[in-house]
This record gives sequence, structure tokens and C-alpha cells, in this order.
Amino acid sequence: MSAFAIETHGLTRRFGEFVAVRDLTFHVAQGEVFGFLGANGAGKTTAMRMLIGLLEPSDGSAQVAGYDIATDSEAVRRNIGYMSQKFSLYDDLTVQENITLYGGIYGLSNAQIAERTHALLGRIGLEHARKELVRRIPLGWKQQLALSVALLHEPKIVFLDEPTGGVDPITRRRFWELIYETAAAGTTVLVTTHYLDEAEYCDRLSIMVEGAIAAMGTPGEVKREFGVTSLDELFLQLTRPGAA
Amino acid sequence: MDVAAPPAVDVRAFTRRFGDVTAVDSLTFDVRPGELFGFIGPDGAGKTTLFRTLVTLLVPDAGSVRVLGYDVVTDLWTLRSRVGYMPGRFSLYPDLSALENLRFFASVFGTSVEEGMSIIEPIWRQLAPFADRRAGALSGGMKQKLALCCALVHAPEILFLDEPTTGVDAVSRREFWDLLDRLRDGGLTIVVSTPYMDEASRCDRVALMQQGRILLVDTPAAIRAAYPRPLFAVQAPDRLGILAVLRRFPHAAAVWPFGDVLHYTDARAGMDDGAIIDEVRAFVQANGVPSPGISAIPAGIEDAFMWHMAAGTAGEQVG
Amino acid sequence: MNAFAGFVRKEAFHILRDRQTFWILLLMPLVQVLIFGYAVRTDVRDVRIAIVDPTPSTATRALVQRFASSSRFQLMGVYPTMQSLDDGFRSGVLRQAVVLPRDADRLLRGQATLPIQLITDGADPNTGSVMQSYATAIIQRWHAESVVRAGSLRIDLATRMRYNPTLESVNLFVPGLIALVLTIVSAMMTAISITREKETGTMEMLLVSPLHPWAIVAGKVAPYVAMGFANVLLVLGAAWGVFGMPLRGSLVLLLAECLLYILNALALGIVISTSAQTQRTAMIAALAGLLLPTLMLSGFIFPLESLPTPLRLFTNIVPARWFLLIVRGIMVKGAGLATLWQETLILVGMTLALLVLGARRLAIRLD
Repeated sequence: MSAFAIETHGLTRRFGEFVAVRDLTFHVAQGEVFGFLGANGAGKTTAMRMLIGLLEPSDGSAQVAGYDIATDSEAVRRNIGYMSQKFSLYDDLTVQENITLYGGIYGLSNAQIAERTHALLGRIGLEHARKELVRRIPLGWKQQLALSVALLHEPKIVFLDEPTGGVDPITRRRFWELIYETAAAGTTVLVTTHYLDEAEYCDRLSIMVEGAIAAMGTPGEVKREFGVTSLDELFLQLTRPGAA
Repeated sequence: MDVAAPPAVDVRAFTRRFGDVTAVDSLTFDVRPGELFGFIGPDGAGKTTLFRTLVTLLVPDAGSVRVLGYDVVTDLWTLRSRVGYMPGRFSLYPDLSALENLRFFASVFGTSVEEGMSIIEPIWRQLAPFADRRAGALSGGMKQKLALCCALVHAPEILFLDEPTTGVDAVSRREFWDLLDRLRDGGLTIVVSTPYMDEASRCDRVALMQQGRILLVDTPAAIRAAYPRPLFAVQAPDRLGILAVLRRFPHAAAVWPFGDVLHYTDARAGMDDGAIIDEVRAFVQANGVPSPGISAIPAGIEDAFMWHMAAGTAGEQVG
Repeated sequence: MNAFAGFVRKEAFHILRDRQTFWILLLMPLVQVLIFGYAVRTDVRDVRIAIVDPTPSTATRALVQRFASSSRFQLMGVYPTMQSLDDGFRSGVLRQAVVLPRDADRLLRGQATLPIQLITDGADPNTGSVMQSYATAIIQRWHAESVVRAGSLRIDLATRMRYNPTLESVNLFVPGLIALVLTIVSAMMTAISITREKETGTMEMLLVSPLHPWAIVAGKVAPYVAMGFANVLLVLGAAWGVFGMPLRGSLVLLLAECLLYILNALALGIVISTSAQTQRTAMIAALAGLLLPTLMLSGFIFPLESLPTPLRLFTNIVPARWFLLIVRGIMVKGAGLATLWQETLILVGMTLALLVLGARRLAIRLD
């Protein structure tokens, strides 16, 4: 079993002639918050889909939560959580119904669901809204709820795909505090974002350019390596070489 | 910018409800001709309802909304040929090529790509290599530029852009704002909305919006300068630890992570920066955290937004 | 005009580039013609038949002999009265019966007409109709021979369907099929294509343009008129080429009436799209609100006369019902506008009413 939560070797994905992800080699330690950055179309989504077992790699290998994504994708999916801004909760179900549904999908017993619902709603302070339709609760709560639900089956790794898009700055920061708590509890977090100030909150990060990793390390390391003062600057330098 | 000219957008006490939800609550503001005016606020702030009303797609429940001197309800048809509008989500036909999309929208607005080329040329030049690619296969940044071309091709007198940069990467966003700069320099009035606080500085004036209300309207510089309390950047290796400690400091008004530092706002106005730094440092050390780097900094738009947002929801407690 | 051309071009691109939908829309009518055509052509063998002959004679025995020797029929018995027929039909032992009049021999020799009754189990309409035509053919051949020998005589063959008395003729599925196909292509696809623009947000851009919503809709539906018309030609061509479907009336009139029905279906699609916000809603509304009535309440599958009164009254507002009357009139009876003007006028009225309704409900704003 791998010592890392995520470990990839030469992970590659082609769509016909087009190489969407090229020779991706990196690892993420247990309990790390790992930022997965890149311009639109740089291959982040394709890489993420391979890691969560939705897409088979054309080449290379990857172990996620200790399981091979090509041969053991079901085990991978049992051991990860996934949350994206767009498709996470059912708007027309209540908070409780969403939790129950999700718990059922992951084979939790009714007792487990009841117990974890209680803990989860207590933690994010949403106890009072248990019977509210999800569509009726504010976006900020909804995102915290979505993350908590993605963590309900106690996955080893949680993938967050642009979790804070369009949220106000205070709620965005509260959400990051929840991410820290999650990581502190031992769950590995892999997160994509368009807010480069958020990338600074990550333990380590990678920046993908045209399907390959162009920079990787702690925010401090990558800034030093490229001689820039902000990630914003680095991002510009990497994705538009002529523009900086 | 001609301050004496009649406003390009004139909104008085505009309110709009959907069922029992008040999406926009008694907004009053104006936009001057030739101005690049930004609405900054998160999802659900009412930006889209406001924009749809400005482009004659929705009717106000109360108040008056005038664009280019015309009423958006009664002068509907006069206005429609004069405004340019780029809705959220870009609204292109993914199965048509870039050029086919542009041709179609040109024909809808009673013009042609050739006639409109003088206006869209600087943008179209970047798109031309992809003219035959289906819009659905363009990158986010390219889609955004194509949508801008489609909204501009009929040479509108005023341009409304609803969240043109949402979901687009940081570099494409920057390029997009460069394009807006050029359009504004050409004399076009532009009203734009965005959830990204860092884009505020690219506007002549901004309105900070939250839950259907305007928190503040001013130039970005004035908004930053008007931050009411001393603000400091705190740098420490253990960001989480020091965050928790600082929040317990009796004079802390707000403590938030900002990139690789924390922003600390002291509750005491008019006190000497040096004295505050010494006090904070002493408190932090007393709580077992190694001495952090602390320096006084000017406030950014995001600091201001968070301040006014907290003040708006918590009343006197923070402000 | 420029805008209109732009719309037509753009819609044509949408239609042509969605390959799957395009081929389904194009091939569906053909496949349906073949399915319906071959379904009603299913060969019938060993039909269990009884003959009622109160006064057997040489002539009637010749008829019995014809049925007994046909491989299509299995003669269950010759009875003097109709008494046992009811039980036979109810238990399924009998599927058909020929009832000869008393003194058939004498009638054949005299100058009077010969009243023969043909009773068929119509529970399965298609089979029933085939059985009926085979039996009729045998009786007619027999009669023809009898006439040659006995001089000029007339036969009065009264056929009666049990359980489904006004069964459609074999040739009549084509008009219903045209109505069905046009409902799908014109009404449903129009509604879907308009609501798609609402869903993707492009409708917002179009509404903000100086075009009136009417121009938008006209531009959008025009290509579907062409598509619908192509389908009409395909169905007619296949029915004529493969099954020898008759066309007794004017082809021009038939195509003109089809065009009218296309416009009617488009108007229905527009009305649906004015209230549906999503493609899914539009599709369900078109299926339940248009497709089912076109199938069930137009006389296509169930004869109108067999419907309960409330439903029968309701069929008056189903456009397909009138369209079917028109097309059957032209194809089978060779009727012209002189006889079909009432039905045509009803369709025109409906179309205008729907267009006005659509126009009134067409939003110039988002709310």
C-alpha cells in the first residue's frame, strides 16, 4: 500500500491525437491540502476525472487511497469524496434527505447516518435547517453542507472542484477554515480554484500548463523558484509566457 | 468622462421581488457616460436581476430605471437597438462555429460582421485563428471574447456585461479587462458585474452589492481610503494557530486569512500603528505563538467589502 | 429579412449538426411506414369459420366447398340457424361466419339481390380486416361464377365487424402516420428548439435584440416547415412505392393540406414553448398533449364512433382528426376541396387561433 494518499507515475490521457494530460507524476501526502491549479483547458478536469476513477488513463499509473485507479476503480470511488460547485446536492430534497440519500449510496447503516447527521449539522451550525429544502438555504451554507456530505462516509481523500466560485469573501474564508479542519482530522484534500489568493492557503500546489505540470511545491517554494512575489504573477508567467 | 452630461444609467429606488424574495431592494445609483462601472458582489447579491432590468428583460416592481435617458419599461424598442448585453454563461451556440455565431448575432441585430468589424477588430483578431472551431470547443477565455464580439457587433452605445469573467482563469480575466479598458478609452459606457473583488480596481467606480442592496458606491481608491480602522498584515508560519489566537485579542475587529498572510483590523480608530503592533505582538507571544511579522497596510477592496458586509449584517457590533 | 435568413441558416446548422436527431427524424417516418405496412399485411391462415345456410342447395354447397378447400380457412361447420354463432364467437371457437339468406338458390335464379352477411371477430382489428377481405374475395368469386351460369344478378354483401364495428381499411394507416410524424417533427421539435434557447440563455440575447419575438419565432420554425414537408414526401413516397397506396385525388391539394397541418403543428409547438421553460417540460407536454391525442383521439387507432361521448366531443378540437378526414378523403375517395372545404376551414381556423394565442403569450421580456 502506498504511503501517499495520491501517487501518480507518468499519468497520460489522450483523446485521439490530442494529449489532454501528459506524463503527470506527483504525490500528495496524507492530510495535505493540495492545490490543483491551471488555466481553463490545461487538463485539470481530465486529470481529476482519472484520479476519481471516471476516466481510464491512456498511459501511466496512479494509486489513490492505496488503490490502483485502472484496476480497482470501484475501491477508489468508495474511498474518496467528491464535491463540485455545480453538482453536489439535490436542490429539491431537504437537507436531511440529501444526507440520507448520500449515506445510503455509500452503504451506511441508518444508525450511522443518524449519528453522523447530528455531528455534521452541529459542526456547521445547520441543525435548525434539517427539514429545509436545499434550494432554500443560502449559498454559503449550501457549500459547507456539500463538503460535509462529501465527507459523510469518512473518505481518505476529498476532491473539491472549484468549491468557492461566486461566494462572498467572508463565506469563502469560512469554507477554507472547514477545509483546514478536514485536513487536520487526517483527510487529504485536493482542491481546484480560480482564486489565486486561495492557492496560498494550500500546503502544496501544482500548476498545470498544456496538460503537464509546470510548477509544483509549497507556495513559498514555487514563488522562490520562479523569482516572483505572488502566485498571480507566477500564473501569468507560466500560462502566457509572452505576456509577462 | 463628462460629469455634467446626463447620466447613461439613472436608477432611483428600484426594487424587484420574486415571490417572497426581494432580489433587489431599493437601489439608487447612476452611471456617467463613458464610465467603466462595476458591480462587485457574490452570487445572490441581485446583480443578474439588476442587469436584466437594465437591458429591458425584467420590469421593476417599484422605482424608476432609465438607460441612455429612456425608460426600460416604456421605451423598450428604442433601447433594444442601442444596448449591448452579454448575459452570464456567455450564451453562445455550441454547435455553431465562432464565425457562424458572430454572423448570426450580427444578422439578428440588423448588421453584418463586415460593418461591425471596425468595433470588434481588436478582439476578433485574437479569435480569428479559431473562426471555424465550434464555440463549444473553445476555451473559457475564447468563449468569453467571442461573446463580447457578439454583444458589440452592432455598435451599441452602452454595454452591459453580467459576470463576464466568472469561471475563467486568472490570466484570461486579466486580458479581458485589458479589452474593456480599450473599449472604455474609445468612449463606450460599460457596466460590468463580477464576484471577483480584485477586479474592482479596474473600474472607474464600483458599487459593492450584497443581498440586493448597495453597500457602497465610489471610486476604488476612495473606498480603500475610507476603511475606517487601522489594518495590518500578519505573517507567521502557523497561520491557523495565529488566526485562532488573534481572534481572541480583545481589540480585534476582524481577522481573516488573505493569501499567505492574515489581515488584522484593530477596533480602535485613531490609535498609533506602532503601539498597536507592539500590543498585538505581546499578546500573541503571551499565548505561546512565536513573534509574527506585522506591518500596517492600506486596505483593499476585499477588506472594505468584508468590513461593510459584516457591518451590514451585525449592525453596531462591528462598525 | 437579413435577420430571417440568418435564423434559417443557423437553425439549419443546428438540425444538420445534431446527426443522431437528424437521422432519427428522417428515418423514423420510413421505418413507421414499413412497420405499419407489414403489420397489417400479416398473413392470416386457418381462420375458423362457420357457414349458416338455412336452405342448402347446389349453389350454396359450392360456396361451402370453396371455403372448405381454402388453406386460409378452416370450416367448423354448416348450420341451419344462427343460434350457435354467439357461443362460438364468445368462446373463440369461431372467428368468422358467413350467413346466407333463406332460399339463396331461388334468389340466385330470380332477379333479386342476394343478401349475404359476413361476421368477423374484430377484437384484433388488423387481422379482422384481413380475414374480412379474404372471405369477401371468396364470396365474390363464387358469386361471379354463379352469375355467369345464372344470368345477371346482383350480390348485396353486408359485412359486419363484431366488437369493433367500423374497422379502418388497410390503406388508411398512412394519413394517421403523416399526422403522427408531423406532430413529432413540427410541434415537438419546434417546442424543444425554442425552449433550448431559454435553457442555454441564448434567448436572453435574442430578446434584447431589436427583433420582435415574432420574427425570432418565425425564423426559428421556418426550417422545421421544410423538415416536415420532407417527411410528408417520404411517407407518401414509401407508401406509394412499397405498398401501392392509392392516390385518387389531387396531389397538389394533398400537399397543400399537409402544409396547412404543418403550420397547425408548428403553432401548437409555439404555444407549448411559451409556457414551458425547459426542453424536458416541452417534450412531456408535446408527448402527452399532442402525440397521444393524435394517436388515440383522431380516428387513427380507435374509430371515433367507438369512443365514449365526452371523448368523442373532445376529438373535435384535435386537429389530427380533421386532417385525417381530409387526407383519407383525397387519397381514398378522390375528394376535392368542394367536399372537404368544411374540414379545411376548421383546420385553418384552429391554426389561426393557435397563432393568435401564441402571439399573445409570446413574452417580450423574461417575466
